[in-house]
Amino acid sequence: MTVFGIPTQALFGQLLIGLINGAFYALLSLGLSVIFGLLNIINFSHGAQYMMGAFVAYFALQWAGLGYWWSLLLAPIVVGLIGMTIERTMLKRLYHLDHLYGLLLTFGCALVIEGVFRHEFGSSGLPYTMPAALTGGYNLGFMFLPTYRAWVIVFSLVVCLGTWYVIEQTKLGSYLRAATENPALVQAFGINVPRMITLTYGFGVALAALAGVLAAPIYQVNPLMGSNIIIVVFAIVVIGGMGSIMGSIVTGFGLGMIEGLTKVFYPEASNTVIFVIMALVLLVRPTGLFGRAS
Amino acid sequence: MPTLVIAFVTVATLALAAPARAQISDGVVKIGVLNDQSGPYADITGPGSVTAARMAVEDFGAAKKNLKVEVIAADHQNKPDVGSSIARQWFDAEKVDVIVDVPTSSVALAINQVTRDKGKAFLVSGAAASDLTGKACSPNTIHWTYDTWALAHGTGSAIVKTGGDTWFFLTADYAFGHALERDTEQVVLKAGGKVLGKVRHPFPTSDFSSFLLQAQASKAKIIGLANAGADTINAIKQASEFGIVRGGQNLAGLLVFISDVHALGLEKAQGLILTEAFYWDQNDATRSWAKKFAERQRNAMPTMVQAGVYSAVLHYLKAVEQLKSDDGTKVIAKMKEMPTDDSLFGKGTVRADGRKIHPMYLYEVKKPSESKGPWDYYKLRATIPADQAFRPLNEGECPLVKK
Repeated sequence: MTVFGIPTQALFGQLLIGLINGAFYALLSLGLSVIFGLLNIINFSHGAQYMMGAFVAYFALQWAGLGYWWSLLLAPIVVGLIGMTIERTMLKRLYHLDHLYGLLLTFGCALVIEGVFRHEFGSSGLPYTMPAALTGGYNLGFMFLPTYRAWVIVFSLVVCLGTWYVIEQTKLGSYLRAATENPALVQAFGINVPRMITLTYGFGVALAALAGVLAAPIYQVNPLMGSNIIIVVFAIVVIGGMGSIMGSIVTGFGLGMIEGLTKVFYPEASNTVIFVIMALVLLVRPTGLFGRAS
Repeated sequence: MPTLVIAFVTVATLALAAPARAQISDGVVKIGVLNDQSGPYADITGPGSVTAARMAVEDFGAAKKNLKVEVIAADHQNKPDVGSSIARQWFDAEKVDVIVDVPTSSVALAINQVTRDKGKAFLVSGAAASDLTGKACSPNTIHWTYDTWALAHGTGSAIVKTGGDTWFFLTADYAFGHALERDTEQVVLKAGGKVLGKVRHPFPTSDFSSFLLQAQASKAKIIGLANAGADTINAIKQASEFGIVRGGQNLAGLLVFISDVHALGLEKAQGLILTEAFYWDQNDATRSWAKKFAERQRNAMPTMVQAGVYSAVLHYLKAVEQLKSDDGTKVIAKMKEMPTDDSLFGKGTVRADGRKIHPMYLYEVKKPSESKGPWDYYKLRATIPADQAFRPLNEGECPLVKK
């Protein structure tokens, strides 16, 4: 059986691959959405923070002998703390200004961080070995699925849905959302809003670092890895609707699959297809697929 | 936009200012190293090429010879439009006499044309497309280190000879990838092999799983990687994840640099067959030069591109010295007339079509157990003599070559 000349078996494989890439997109766009939705900051250093996550994993292994599993815990904490320092010392001063200032500041931070790493570690990247428990793979009949890729999908889904649950369904999440709407009122109820905002930024950044650790065994640990992916992730956030948590998860996975299919039917366009979709969505629904008009 | 000119280095200054020579335009020979300073090809070319150019100026002894030479550098970001606008600015406003290196064939082809229009000189080390000495050849350009024809006939033939007769190409979708795929396909077909399919991936790409799956489905014995730098590294790394080699297919990295092998690690890179014009551990002269280079370049050994920049700049300065002029067209003509000789590439020549001729080497990447330490990566499989390493003069369709 074939679809447009491609055997359906091969098509299943490509959809699955798309889902794996979508897992990265979802995890990264989720962090961006959390930060934008709750802080109104367009966090352009998200790519650099993703890259730093991968580097923390590399350092932990090289210098401290701590393996992959430790890094999954350690990298989000370390990079999250760095993020919170940036928020406390710099971003905080920009909340009363236009979005554009936050964007410029975080973009500048990204350039500096990436420049420093590139100067120190070059552009070819560093190797990171896959944890022994996740090597090998399954033969699914229509394709060979590496164990590690399966792990990426499952892990990313759990983290994404967990985040969605906390923000949309719990008391803590309701405080967060309320603080976005009216910080003064929430503060009056005795909640430390500035600290909550710092922690939220730290959490969004930690998600980026987590994605970085997940990516380390697949791609090189490379100073440029963030700038390669960040523009696509921004497009996904825009398509999903800026600040919509579920929107970024669903569009992350969905667009990963669309990109995967493009790689089969017209590979030359696989880098552009997401931007074409973004343009179309913006024409029809300027607030994005899941966005609410403000 | 980042500032275009990222480094401005005066290499040789005269302690006692000599009167400017009338024949050297504005009294200074100005060398512009234009390459990828920050992207996927930065380790192959980048700041290392700038260091190599400076070392050439020092070893030439410009200061002693009362010749004032300056080296400047810029980042073309692998974009032809950025590259050509820097080149125009350099030639028109900053009085640059020669542009060297320029990886990324699409950018090199654009600058090839700009240089020709301005009557300046262009020494290509980083770019690979054999078109630079073929249909696009120019009296102002010399292609120094390697090209796609040499890679195809080095790595490509070696693999076809050992039984790899069915191919699937993963090709970077721009001038370089197309040229490398075309030249390799010719070799494969000529040897009686078959090309079962090809896929053109955007440059740069970080995830190759989808393309690898297509290659796997083709059942070709050899998956030819017609890409370079970070793309090749990621493709090789992910191929092992998807069990491509265990499944009986083999990878052919058609352009692999020593910096790529270093980044991959021997565990993943072992057994790769590759074609190089230069390896630091060839003889005493290359070892001692590479050691000096590494001291100035974060302990990284030079790639063949960086070594080629050194060799090209050295020969250029010799020609300027003999000619007592830095007129682009005249210097290139002089460089073609003079035999080349330096410690890295030995004796060689530059052909009428602008092709620099020297032997090429077929290496195999060592197993981890065979390597004595970092950068000890290659063992020599064969030397391709200078007269066979590059495309015969009459086959390139270069208009400069009289039939």
